[in-house]
Amino acid sequence: MTQTRPRSFQDIILRLQAYWAGQGCAVLQPYDMEVGAGTFHPATTLRSLGARPWAAAYVQPSRRPTDGRYGENPNRLQHYYQYQVLIKPSPPDLQDLYLGSLAAIGLDPALHDIRFVEDDWESPTLGAWGLGWEVWCDGMEVSQFTYFQQVGGHDCKPVSGELTYGLERLAMYVLGADHVMDMPFNDPQSPIPLTYGDIFRQTEQEYSRHNFDQADTEMLFQHFKDAEAECERILSADEMDKAGRRIIMAHPAYDQCIKASHLFNLLDARGVISVTERQAYIGRVRALAKKCADAFVRTDAAGVLAAEPV
Amino acid sequence: MPDLLIELFSEEIPARMQARARDDLKKIVTDGLVGAGLTYAGAAAFSTPRRLTLAVEGLTGESAALREERKGPATTAPAAAIEGFLRSTGLTREQLQVRDDKKGQVYFAVMTRPGRKAPEIVAEVLEGAIRNFPWPKSMRWGAGSLRWVRPLHSILCILTDEHGAQVVPLAVDGIAAGNTTRGHRFLSKGAITVTSFDDYAAKLKRAHVVLDPAEREARIWADATNAAFAAGLEVVEDKGLLAEVAGLVEWPVVLLGKIGADFLDLPPEVLQTSMREHQKFFSLRNPNTGRIEGFVTVANTETADHGATILKGNQKVLAARLSDAKFFWENDLRTVRTVGMEGMAAGLAHVTFHNKLGSQADRIGRIAALAREIAPLVGAAPDLAAEAARVVKADLQSAMVGEFPELQGTMGSYYARAEGLPEPVALACKAHYQPLGPSDDVPSEPVSVAVALADKIDTLCGFWAIDEKPTGSKDPFALRRAALGVIRLVLGNGVRIGVFASSSFAFDRHEGQRQQAMREVYQRSRAEFAGLMAELLRTEEGLELSSNDFEERIDDVLTYAGDDAIVGDIARTDLMWRVENPELAARYGGYWDYVEKNPEAQVFTPRNSPANGLAADLLSFFHDRLKVHLRDQGIRHDVIDACLAMPGNDDLTLLVKRAEALAAFLKTDDGENLLQGFRRTNNILTQAEEKDGVEYSFGADPKFAEDESERILFAALDRADATIQPAMQAEDFATAMSAMAALRAPIDAFFTAVQVNSDNPVVRRNRLNLLSRIRAICLSVADLTKIEG
Repeated sequence: MTQTRPRSFQDIILRLQAYWAGQGCAVLQPYDMEVGAGTFHPATTLRSLGARPWAAAYVQPSRRPTDGRYGENPNRLQHYYQYQVLIKPSPPDLQDLYLGSLAAIGLDPALHDIRFVEDDWESPTLGAWGLGWEVWCDGMEVSQFTYFQQVGGHDCKPVSGELTYGLERLAMYVLGADHVMDMPFNDPQSPIPLTYGDIFRQTEQEYSRHNFDQADTEMLFQHFKDAEAECERILSADEMDKAGRRIIMAHPAYDQCIKASHLFNLLDARGVISVTERQAYIGRVRALAKKCADAFVRTDAAGVLAAEPV
Repeated sequence: MPDLLIELFSEEIPARMQARARDDLKKIVTDGLVGAGLTYAGAAAFSTPRRLTLAVEGLTGESAALREERKGPATTAPAAAIEGFLRSTGLTREQLQVRDDKKGQVYFAVMTRPGRKAPEIVAEVLEGAIRNFPWPKSMRWGAGSLRWVRPLHSILCILTDEHGAQVVPLAVDGIAAGNTTRGHRFLSKGAITVTSFDDYAAKLKRAHVVLDPAEREARIWADATNAAFAAGLEVVEDKGLLAEVAGLVEWPVVLLGKIGADFLDLPPEVLQTSMREHQKFFSLRNPNTGRIEGFVTVANTETADHGATILKGNQKVLAARLSDAKFFWENDLRTVRTVGMEGMAAGLAHVTFHNKLGSQADRIGRIAALAREIAPLVGAAPDLAAEAARVVKADLQSAMVGEFPELQGTMGSYYARAEGLPEPVALACKAHYQPLGPSDDVPSEPVSVAVALADKIDTLCGFWAIDEKPTGSKDPFALRRAALGVIRLVLGNGVRIGVFASSSFAFDRHEGQRQQAMREVYQRSRAEFAGLMAELLRTEEGLELSSNDFEERIDDVLTYAGDDAIVGDIARTDLMWRVENPELAARYGGYWDYVEKNPEAQVFTPRNSPANGLAADLLSFFHDRLKVHLRDQGIRHDVIDACLAMPGNDDLTLLVKRAEALAAFLKTDDGENLLQGFRRTNNILTQAEEKDGVEYSFGADPKFAEDESERILFAALDRADATIQPAMQAEDFATAMSAMAALRAPIDAFFTAVQVNSDNPVVRRNRLNLLSRIRAICLSVADLTKIEG
């Protein structure tokens, strides 16, 4: 391994993009909605369903309102980045491909201790689960590695292999930063060097205050109900449009599911959802996710000819 | 005699599943081989994170030919019967033999199955094992349909004899068996061809794989203890962690690190838990101070810098983890110092314990009340026991226990001391959860005992009241463990407590709380209930509800109530009350209006609700658990049954004392013979009583004694009575039983000398009444009719 070590956060992202592009993945852009994790991107949730082969990689900005710490905690953020790879069917050498990506960002297995430690993944909100590992590098979790078994209540056939990298934590380790805000975002030799903190310290403060103290819960509850109703309305619409084309609107409906999920996260951060209600809300989002999955598997993108009634 | 070597090479197998998988592979394959007619000399299974290996020595090269004879129908049997026999044997009529039988000529089928070669059998058995392997969780991958714990990459399967190794032809879902494997993921390159188990194990070792988990464990433990010793520290033993770590590495390399000075003041349990749970580190203790000062991490690889980079990374992760722990610790300490443990516990009012049993705060209230009741019986001050009960679960609200649930109780003890609470209260925080399992210690400090008993009895009563008793193998709320905990607490401390009375008290508290909750809901939605009840009573004239309508009505109620159990309960209680109290109902309307106007009225408990029969049912559950517990200590169940039939059987200490004395007594010759004498007595008496239709229970008079043995028996019974009654009063069962033993000779002599059923009716009646005295004396000690054998 003769590569130079990465010098900045964006260098790590660029290397991952180049590496996975080199492995034949379509390098997508982030989904333009607020999500809790890269898995919510329809390129993962929906595309892991159905028979059509798929290979995509992308950065996904992710929001977890309860994790906000006003930018003070060295590792915790309410807004952070995940790098996500999804390949269907999972190739037999996916572990080796993954290890290649670590080498590409400077984690050489000749010097580091890289291990696959059991971690079964389950997303109650997406009605999804899979088996795999968390990948440890020198005792630190640097990725989730999952073979999807079920999504939205549907068996995954074929099985997708999913890789999720927590970019900040991974980069902090590679770059030797002790506090996320001190990590160089661009090249520290640039004319205008910017740290992660230069870009995100203030937004972490603002969103932490908003999420914990200010978000209007009445409005959020109403929006949750609206998103839920809209999702169901879209899915219950006639499959034939006014010109007689069969168009199932799985993606627009799924947008509403994503919205409901994020609204729930905000309500949770405001502390207005009790323990028992929590389960009920998660169940409501899961019901939406399942309906969206039911709709998607009947579409062309899942590998079903649109003209063919199911 | 070939040797068989099988290796199933996959992506990383979870550490916790490996031991079971080794056993399963060995059992399934060897059972399959034997079932197919092969034999073997020995078998051993091994695992690493990436492989499951089985070596079978001295396998027979082929199975013996099998000859099977089956008797069929008579030659004269109907054609259908003969055809059926042909179908089941797969033969034709010409192939059948005809033999003479007792009843005439009979068809016989003689079938020979040729022997099969080992490779064919091995291939079949192994494919079956792979396809049906009992992984606790398995998965599919890629586009295939095979299931394995993680993707299966290759199968090595060879038979080795003096002519060399031969690959067993076999393919499962496109994976063909071969004679190659791979070494360490990073320290070895390329495929490795093997010819036998010894060759395989040796080549793996050269390729940086230690095949045998026991060897990896031994190596880790030896290296860790040596490294610790050199640093003046000792490794805290942790067998579970050792096995887990050995399942995470193929080539263990021990690295030792020190914990930063900032974190050394954290409680040792916190350091150990954080390091074990998050990092799978072993803790290193300073033998002089008892403090945890270092750690050992086990890497899976050797590096050019001798692990320096790896150790640095691990240390960094640990520092981040311990910073979190320190933050929780300091936060929690600040909380207890400002608002105390009770303040910390305040939030438990909003934490549900169980949706039918109220909040954790409700639960704590009940436990405190019960602990106060129990305290005097265990030598604890009631106020102190109640105070302890109010704070022992406070740490469930602490940040530390939120992060590490297994530290519940342990943290409570630290926080109680930090607040300056009395030491017995601090001890109880941890000890009231004990005993946690059959091998865990039983607390002995009185406050701990009182709260531990109250906690467990409250839990049992709660789940009994809502009918969530353990069934078969299902015991989701660990109620068997709770009952055994009560038994061990009682016996271990010689506590004299009536579990029936204590559980009745707890049932009443549960019912009181349930009524309170119902009342509150009723008051909030009075109008809706009025509507609901009117609807339910609609078709009736006045309140002429009969019990027959009852179940139907309750179904209606539940339909109305939807998922809301409490609404159903409120209406149900009201309905039941109206049926049982028609006059009050006519005057007040419903139950809930009645209790509002008569707050001092006794709580109405419907017939199928708590308190009625529940305490008795729970007591018999305790008795069942006690039998299991005592059986493990060598006391027979019938001995316990004999004691259970006696009064005071909810006093478990008394019960066991009696059972122990009885068991010891029955082991003596006198005991054994007295039991025979008692049985004879009881049989004669029972038969006579059945025949005569009377009970011979008193009035035996020595003046009707005809024989000397009779007079001696009268005297002996008087003596026994005089000793046994006071001994029983004093619970001195040994004395009572030895007095009973003294009856053996006079009873034997009596039966030898006289005929009970004398022709003289007066003498006969007197003798039967005499036997009745024997029976009464024996039964006053234990119910000997329950003794078997």
